[in-house]
Amino acid sequence: MPLSNKNILGMKGLSKSDIEQILDTADSFKEISTRTIKKVPTLRGRTIINLFFEPSTRTRTSFEIAGKRLSADVINISGSNSSATKGENLIDTARNLEAMNPDILVIRHHCSGAPQLLAEYVNSPIINAGDGSHEHPSQALLDLLTIRNHKGYLEGLKVLIVGDIKHSRVARSNIQAMQTMGMKVRVVGPPPLIPVELERLGVEVSHNLSESIKDVDVVMVLRIQLERQSQGLLSSLREYSNYFCLTSKVLAQAPEHILIIHPGPVNRGIEIALNVMESSHSLILNQVTNGVAVRMALFYLLLGEKNANPN
Amino acid sequence: MQTLIKNGHVIDPANQINASFDILITDGKIEAIKPPGKITGSRIKNIPVIDAKDCVVAPGFCDMHVHFREPGHEYKETIETGSASAAAGGFSTVAVMPNTFPVNDNRSVTELILSQAKAINLINILPIGAISKGLKGETLSDMGELKEAGCIGYSDDGRPVMDSELMRRALEYSRMFDLPCIQHSEILDLTRDGSMNEGIVSTELGLKGMPVEAEDIMVFRDICLLPKTGGRLHVAHISSGGAVDLVRQAKAKGLPVTCEVAPHHFTLTEEACRNYDTNSKMSPPLRTEGDLELIKEGLRDGTIDIIATDHAPHDLADKQVEFSKACFGIVGLETALPLTLKMVDEKVISLQKAVDLLTHQPCRIFNLDKGTLGVGKNADIVIFNPKTKYIIEPEKFKSRSKNSPYKGWKVRGKVIHTLVAGKSVYSANNS
Repeated sequence: MPLSNKNILGMKGLSKSDIEQILDTADSFKEISTRTIKKVPTLRGRTIINLFFEPSTRTRTSFEIAGKRLSADVINISGSNSSATKGENLIDTARNLEAMNPDILVIRHHCSGAPQLLAEYVNSPIINAGDGSHEHPSQALLDLLTIRNHKGYLEGLKVLIVGDIKHSRVARSNIQAMQTMGMKVRVVGPPPLIPVELERLGVEVSHNLSESIKDVDVVMVLRIQLERQSQGLLSSLREYSNYFCLTSKVLAQAPEHILIIHPGPVNRGIEIALNVMESSHSLILNQVTNGVAVRMALFYLLLGEKNANPN
Repeated sequence: MQTLIKNGHVIDPANQINASFDILITDGKIEAIKPPGKITGSRIKNIPVIDAKDCVVAPGFCDMHVHFREPGHEYKETIETGSASAAAGGFSTVAVMPNTFPVNDNRSVTELILSQAKAINLINILPIGAISKGLKGETLSDMGELKEAGCIGYSDDGRPVMDSELMRRALEYSRMFDLPCIQHSEILDLTRDGSMNEGIVSTELGLKGMPVEAEDIMVFRDICLLPKTGGRLHVAHISSGGAVDLVRQAKAKGLPVTCEVAPHHFTLTEEACRNYDTNSKMSPPLRTEGDLELIKEGLRDGTIDIIATDHAPHDLADKQVEFSKACFGIVGLETALPLTLKMVDEKVISLQKAVDLLTHQPCRIFNLDKGTLGVGKNADIVIFNPKTKYIIEPEKFKSRSKNSPYKGWKVRGKVIHTLVAGKSVYSANNS
């Protein structure tokens, strides 16, 4: 069954059955990455362009490996070597790339809504690899996959998201995705980092980490960006850590079965303590592994499903 | 040179006329206004007649807040294309904001604008001079020279006067010339990098918000500066319900404050920004349903003095970009009438009041000898059919730019003729 949308712009556009289909497909792809020869011919002859206007290691590499394991040709373009630095407008850049007939455009951009803008002007399917503070759907999907792998189910789980919710596309995509899957989301962070009227999305808001972690199944710790301090949104990273760092002391308040995830990159010792990050609760590296499978699934479902063989 | 307008329903709020009348125009002036069929005699034989059957005949509309981009940004609009846009919207008079390049902060720019307007000779163009030199918010412009050159008010529109001391001096000094200071009310500390109203939609879209308090605080500050300075404050494009309350309270105290609202602030909310539609990106931003209700209350009870469009044309290159990078603004002149008539449909205001807000009231605030159909006045006249239904098609705008979030809206109220000093400057039949 095809997805309900030709683009993956955000979790907002995906139904529960879309998400389940992506996760099931990703599960079936995981095995490929464990082989000695990690390549299947599914997307041979297809071209994927990674258009990254923002620095990224994990996400860009993950999309690249995902494409290559399916035998697609993957081209990487980064903001600093694109013609954006010559003043070319985003739509023109994308139209020029499209004129070379790629099959998918993967875009990361610092402006919220940039992938949606492109989707209006180009025909190729677009995957949003993170736009400003808006969405990062493949991250939410790999988070769901990681949680589902460990719990066996998603419906009814309680999740706590810790940190800078205001600027986090990971938080927005996860709130949307988790609610679609019937999960309950609570966020915790200092008030200047909580966006206004968030409660209207059905999200519980707290400012006390030790209290809010007591009854959750999963805690997602967000990266705290160092520039928030210079923007005056934080008094200091030291004080932020005092209240919102996931330490073993805080973790002692949580249920024994709690799972810890983090989208990376991690500021060790600021938002999460080193020993917690490396504890048995932590699934941070599983997330990265699952990221490849999820992105393979997205490429496959957007492109190859009709005449491809997942094996 | 004579013209007879007959069979129309005349609405002339300045003279409390709201009935069927015929109007005789001679040499660009209104010579007579009489009940239907009462303008007779041999001398009107064979003169051109405009049949205004089913139409409202009103003073030409006056928009005290437009951006015609000339000099400097002619790729967005010129005085010529802006004038054509105004005429098509039923406007015979507009006041152009000084944020051109160079800024209209001295006599030479004012005179350039006026000489261009004269050469084009379509509608009345009234320049607004800058409050501060270069709109920099540092030193006062030469307000006396600007008035002598033809400016009818002062504003740093688009750039709020942040410095309270400077605003105080502007209100004091402008009193000497009896012209109002027009403020774009926005505390910039609160809106830095913002691109839409702060609220549930900005939260969902991940866009930096512009909180409504940014407007309220500056409106309140400026009101506080009025009693001692004796200046006159005109609040531009009010968008916040709280700011409407502040103006209402100030008026109750007898302070010399007036305000305007733009049609997009009584017909659209922040919801229009979903899908990152840059044509809905405005400054001040589209607010909430709650603000919309309070704006309508302000129209109903007279707190809001006038309707002005904040006509802000932008080229596709400035709008067909990422939302946070897009320019603020909307082509306002050609949709003002049908959007204002929506307020009549919704029974917020009467048709006569709607005409009043677009004609007599702006002229009263800015001391203009216009906005009325009195005998002897210039024959600046709009003839519109309030019932005609149509679909808004921005691609057909006369403006050089087409940025409008109203594309596809089904509206009613169509301008049929616009006359300036008796001369037809727009006719729906020829467009």
